[in-house]
Amino acid sequence: MSQPAGENPAGAPSPQQPESPYPQTFVGRLTARYRVGGIVTPIFTVIIAFLAGGIVVAATGHNPLETYRAIFNGTGLNWFFPWVTGSERADAATNLQQTLILTTPLILCGLAVAFAFRCGMFNIGGQGQYLVGSYVAVFVGSAWAGMAGPAHIFLAVTLAALAGAAWGGIAGFLKATTGAHEVITTIMLNWIAVWVGNYFFGLQGPFQGPDAFNPISNTIADSAKLPVFWGDPNLQGLHVGLFIALGMLVVFWLILNRTTLGFEVKAVGFNPDAAEYGGISVKKNYFLAMAISGCFAGLAGAMDILGWEFNISTPQILFSNIGFIGIAVALLGRNTALGTLLGALLFGALYVGTSTRQLDPSVFDPELASNLTLIIQGLVVLFVGADLLVISIWNQRRRIPTRRRTALE
Amino acid sequence: MSTFELRDRLNERSLASAKTVAICGIVIGILAGWLALPPATVRNPALPIVLGFIAVLLGAYGIYCDEKRAGWGAVAAGLAGTALGLLVQHSSVGHLESAFAWGTLLAATLRYATPLTFAALGGIFSERSGVVNIGLEGMMLAGAFFGIWGADKTGNWILGVLIAMLAGGLFALLHAIWSIHLRADQIVSGTAVNFLALGLTGYLFIQVYGSNGTPSLSSGNWFKGESIPDVTFSSSSNFFAQVFGQINLMIWIAIILVVVSHLFLFRTSLGLRIRACGEHPRAADTVGIDVYKVRYSSVVLSGVLAAMGGAYLSVGFTHSFNQNMTAGRGFIALAAVIFGKWRPFGAFGAALLFGFSTALAYAIPPAYSDTASSVLKSGSLFQALPYVLTLIAVAGVIGRSIPPAADGRPYKRQ
Repeated sequence: MSQPAGENPAGAPSPQQPESPYPQTFVGRLTARYRVGGIVTPIFTVIIAFLAGGIVVAATGHNPLETYRAIFNGTGLNWFFPWVTGSERADAATNLQQTLILTTPLILCGLAVAFAFRCGMFNIGGQGQYLVGSYVAVFVGSAWAGMAGPAHIFLAVTLAALAGAAWGGIAGFLKATTGAHEVITTIMLNWIAVWVGNYFFGLQGPFQGPDAFNPISNTIADSAKLPVFWGDPNLQGLHVGLFIALGMLVVFWLILNRTTLGFEVKAVGFNPDAAEYGGISVKKNYFLAMAISGCFAGLAGAMDILGWEFNISTPQILFSNIGFIGIAVALLGRNTALGTLLGALLFGALYVGTSTRQLDPSVFDPELASNLTLIIQGLVVLFVGADLLVISIWNQRRRIPTRRRTALE
Repeated sequence: MSTFELRDRLNERSLASAKTVAICGIVIGILAGWLALPPATVRNPALPIVLGFIAVLLGAYGIYCDEKRAGWGAVAAGLAGTALGLLVQHSSVGHLESAFAWGTLLAATLRYATPLTFAALGGIFSERSGVVNIGLEGMMLAGAFFGIWGADKTGNWILGVLIAMLAGGLFALLHAIWSIHLRADQIVSGTAVNFLALGLTGYLFIQVYGSNGTPSLSSGNWFKGESIPDVTFSSSSNFFAQVFGQINLMIWIAIILVVVSHLFLFRTSLGLRIRACGEHPRAADTVGIDVYKVRYSSVVLSGVLAAMGGAYLSVGFTHSFNQNMTAGRGFIALAAVIFGKWRPFGAFGAALLFGFSTALAYAIPPAYSDTASSVLKSGSLFQALPYVLTLIAVAGVIGRSIPPAADGRPYKRQ
């Protein structure tokens, strides 16, 4: 889940330890302990966030346990329980499809944040890169109709990813050449993307669809739609984009851990001065890391458009926040591949479970619940930020047994 | 005689210094665009070209005499002015006059700039003390909700604004604890504040008011019919009366706060302490300044100010609240802080510029509804203008923006 803390930025070979429950050296023990902290902090965080969310629910006169159970049933995760049968199981299946449909872009937007983070940058611009990717996907999907299916999908996906890469690359380029802080530039690029999209697809915009009174784009051609492999394609079944997202998790891990590029990116992330001294071009890596990040986010936009949305409207552009949820996903997942997957699943489930379509309104008002999700998301980010607090609490609990064990050894 | 000597001689002999020349260039460049607009509405393409050419020449002279900033400014103003002048001459005088009714346009600019000004002043205090505050958006939103909630429950807008300030201050306190004592990443904690404020205000809004929304000014007992009052001292129809004659009390408060903040930051010892904590906290600590205390008070003050901006937006301007109603204004305020180089007057200027582009974005589409140009009919691209300008400013094409040295770095006492 978490990278071992002993990972050496200078690349010196470290002696391989045989896997055993009690590492032999001090460094080994420390690594193991950090690894535990790496898993514990996010879990601890999520538990605190849900507890605090429960307090908010209780304080406003609702039953938190029933609320959480209704949300859980809305996510469709009860599909995995063997005792759920009949029509309940069918409902659970459709709900689970929705959860996984949302998990797909969240994985990719989480990776967009995580990759830049590993290079020491904070990519707030996932939203803008996601939007730019979806604009291109809509354009390619609708304007170039009549192409053969797989080629059309491939072209739309690739160009959307490239558009996202370009949008992220602007921030990386500006940081590399002028030192402009990426947080500021990506925030600005987010809003530029929003208003440009508003112009493109808004009333009388150049890419508005056939309905002159609605600010909606053209619908993409059937040949550009991603195939559905679970559920009814007419009822928004689960599309194959999930596998692309899972594949990108592997690509993310491979780039970071098995390529020179990944090594350089991580070295810059650890210490840019040391990396520069070691002959690594910091500027090149800033640009590349942001471009790759943008590539992931652009892909997320393509997956949503080609998978289930099929068109884009200006309210959707203004209210979409997939890229921002990606920040929470990556932070919770500690910027690792597996962590991002779990974080995306958690937030995907939470958002679907609290949506108007899935949550039973007799138990809890979905409009309240979707805001509850935002509160929980805020608390998660807040407590992930306070790892100093969490780790110190954790260490205080463990200090005595650890010291005793060290003395015994 | 080398070129350098020639340059020095030119400098000595010339009637005006290079800087004056370059500033004249900027003015002429602006004129090139402005003369094509109402009320002058000159319809001759030669005029903007000639004026723009003169501005570029004066700018080039400025650059040659080592007056780089003003020089490049004149070149940019000349090029932009010419482009604007030529573009504007393509549209009819009638269209222009209905879009550029300067009195109403500038009054609208002030209205749009005010929430930005409050939040930007907040951002300046926080960042000058060394704490990056991207939670401005959330604090503003908290101010918007709690302001209207307080005004509604107490029936008094003053109490509403005070409750808003309290709420903004509390969110800021959270950000302060995280970024000062817990030494968390300030971007992460600011993002968390944004999410939290969005969720909490949305939750309470639905819980308290349901999906019907806040009661309107005319119906119900909301405010007992009274909102933040306008200050009226002239209702005639000349230009100044149109702009300043009847504007909201909060706008005047914002303008006064800009002056006060400037004097406070740059003319008092407390202001010096704040700036010291943002530039070199260790040195500040050494001479006996309590860095934590200064940072805590600055961050909380920033939340209070941002919340005032939010309260103006809901209580004073739209008279209602909607989920996520600030819609990125906190981020534009952050942009204004950067664009204004972390100075109150600079930020106010930036807020006015951004407010003007918003006012323009709303004024142009109705004026041009019968034309074929989709750019003019939608106005969306004008909304993007503040962000593009900030991007250019941060990238340092014209006058680089450099933050306080210790901005964003947690400080650990020794």
